[in-house]
Amino acid sequence: MSLKIVLKGGRVVDPSQDLDGVRDVLLADGVVTSIETKVSAPEDARVIDCSGLVVTPGLIDVHVHLREPGEEHKETIATGARAAAAGGFTAVCAMPNTDPPIDDPAAVGFVVAAGRAAGAARVYPVGCISAGRAGERLALVGEMVEAGAVAITDDGSPVMNSGLMRLALEYAQAFGIPVADHPEDLGLSAMGQMNEGVVSARLGLAGKPNASEDIHIVRDLLLAELTGGHIHLQHVSTRFGVEAIRQAKARGVRVTAEASPHHLILTHQAVDGYRTEAKMNPPLRTTDDVQAVRAAVTDGTLDTIATDHAPHHYDEKEAAFQDAPNGIVGLETALGLILTRIVAEGVIDLPTMVERMSCQPARAFNLPGGTLAAGSVADVTVFDPEARWTVNPTAFRSKSRNTPFAGWELVGRPKTTIVGGRVVWEG
Amino acid sequence: MTDAPAPLGKDLIGLEGLTAEQIRTILDTAEPFKEISERRIKKVPVLRGKTIVNLFFEASTRTRISFEFAEKRLSADTVNISSSGSSVVKGETLVDTARNLEAMRIDMVVIRHGSSGAARFLSERIPSNVINAGDGWHEHPTQGLLDLLTIRDHAGRIEGLRVCIIGDILHSRVARSNIHGLLALGAEVGVCGPRTLLPPAPDELGVKVFTRVEEAIEWADALNVLRLQLERMQSGYVPSLREYNRIWGVTNARLEAAPKELLVLHPGPMNRGVEIDSDVADGPHSVILNQVTNGVAVRMAVLYLLAGGQPEKAEAAKQGAEG
Repeated sequence: MSLKIVLKGGRVVDPSQDLDGVRDVLLADGVVTSIETKVSAPEDARVIDCSGLVVTPGLIDVHVHLREPGEEHKETIATGARAAAAGGFTAVCAMPNTDPPIDDPAAVGFVVAAGRAAGAARVYPVGCISAGRAGERLALVGEMVEAGAVAITDDGSPVMNSGLMRLALEYAQAFGIPVADHPEDLGLSAMGQMNEGVVSARLGLAGKPNASEDIHIVRDLLLAELTGGHIHLQHVSTRFGVEAIRQAKARGVRVTAEASPHHLILTHQAVDGYRTEAKMNPPLRTTDDVQAVRAAVTDGTLDTIATDHAPHHYDEKEAAFQDAPNGIVGLETALGLILTRIVAEGVIDLPTMVERMSCQPARAFNLPGGTLAAGSVADVTVFDPEARWTVNPTAFRSKSRNTPFAGWELVGRPKTTIVGGRVVWEG
Repeated sequence: MTDAPAPLGKDLIGLEGLTAEQIRTILDTAEPFKEISERRIKKVPVLRGKTIVNLFFEASTRTRISFEFAEKRLSADTVNISSSGSSVVKGETLVDTARNLEAMRIDMVVIRHGSSGAARFLSERIPSNVINAGDGWHEHPTQGLLDLLTIRDHAGRIEGLRVCIIGDILHSRVARSNIHGLLALGAEVGVCGPRTLLPPAPDELGVKVFTRVEEAIEWADALNVLRLQLERMQSGYVPSLREYNRIWGVTNARLEAAPKELLVLHPGPMNRGVEIDSDVADGPHSVILNQVTNGVAVRMAVLYLLAGGQPEKAEAAKQGAEG
């Protein structure tokens, strides 16, 4: 039985084909069949009126924590995949810092199977760099890739041993996958609860200085240069870090890098009052850093926007600041936040947003999608750029509600999410 | 004199954000309460029928006992909970502890906790008055107030005075409360210690920074000498206690070289021979035991004001109690 969908009369924004205009899109048998000014709908097709809406290649979030196995009270692969679809994402890359960690092919296979069963956004497993995430020796990288892993990382923890990081960047080249790193020198930051600065001084909280992130960014860039490997730097939050990446890209180092919506929008002032919903790692930093991260998203130094979706049960965040875990959920707020605060404020235009949230993530992680070119996988995001809405965490599909954006008024909201030619979510 | 005093609000979480008038109100209210502790029968019924829980998640002797004396001398009913031997060690969360206390209909909680922000956290979740008796590195407002009262008693004023806090400022809730309180009342504030123990961005806190204790002593009218915790040496902030004493210790020789007589405060407990030499602690500059005495009066004043007492009626409330 073949599924056919016609997306009629939407503004199709697809930087992969340099396309921005009103078109009809025909999807059939799980692929994009044609994009034309006018497509005559086959009799058995479902026609979705997209007038006034924006149609883009499906959004891809290369950095999410789905918590399964081990912390299913926070999120499961199924609830995470549904939250992603509701947020307009057609695919997510699940970090391996679960319990047990995803460090062997069986564990990778579990994530693949659970992702398929969810029947929402695609779920791509990311495997560990090191066995047991212990930071000592390489995990079964090759076998994990055979089982479906699309990248490796010890995210949640940095790889502190530079020798191991070198080996990972060398070894991963046989499989064409990126090595993703959470850059942080724990010697400078292990005690830290928030950005080190005037707010931490006033609140009496231990700080994480920018240097703790910068040192590891520079180290990773040097190792990528040394090995020729592909380093993917996660959630870059500092001015110096951005500048180091900019220079490395100019030298031809194989580096891709993320910005998170919260590092583009909030500063460490959001922590004032010991707000645990603003506790994250890397921490929210200064206005100066936010400006630098924004400029880097504009010029492509930070080529990818990824949420670092990090669900936590409300009990865990309902604690004294230093006892609360790091992280916020992001899947269901990302598109609205980026449209309202980054696109509308002129940091990037709409095609660049699609580039940062779809085309480039697909390219960097070698994933299907990121384009609506004929013959490509029918992963499509449709959103209403004018829809006004208020962030209401109790309505999230995610199991968790930990967000500093509760109550924010946003403009722009996902409308229809299509994965493999099948509608997985409609708003 | 009928100027309405500034209300303190529900809680006392820190001196940051209090106005000069609010701080002066507390200090002025402490004055009539000083005398109660000098009586033969040290008890007035100002807080009769009030239930107060002293919730101490961290070890404390001086502060806990000082609060307890203040509460008992005002006739409150008090219960002490310390983390050892309570449900806290059984894994109960702070929220649940708070809710359980609330369910027993208490009037006030005095909380000491190892996490910065814990007192505020509690105050936002229960309707009882909450008094911060020290939260992590954040604030210890009643200590700050008793330091202010002691300085005012001995120097006659706070405005325009130069006060230098010496030692581990980074990890010190006493330092933060002193900085906010002193600045609010118009003092100049300095901090002095090894750079490893100073907070980031000290200039933005509005304080002058000294890295040499001799310079701090030359500048200051009063010194507040902080305890150097042994664990700071173990975690490498200072290489040895002996070296700390040699370079940052407040000694008689250094005080004698000062251009003027200084007041020396210390919040206790002291490490004699580390941050302060015995001949200073026991000498003519020291007002350390006056601080302890004032601590009880200041805490009485805070309890009285948070319970709804009017500052101008403190004397009457006390006298009425006798009659």
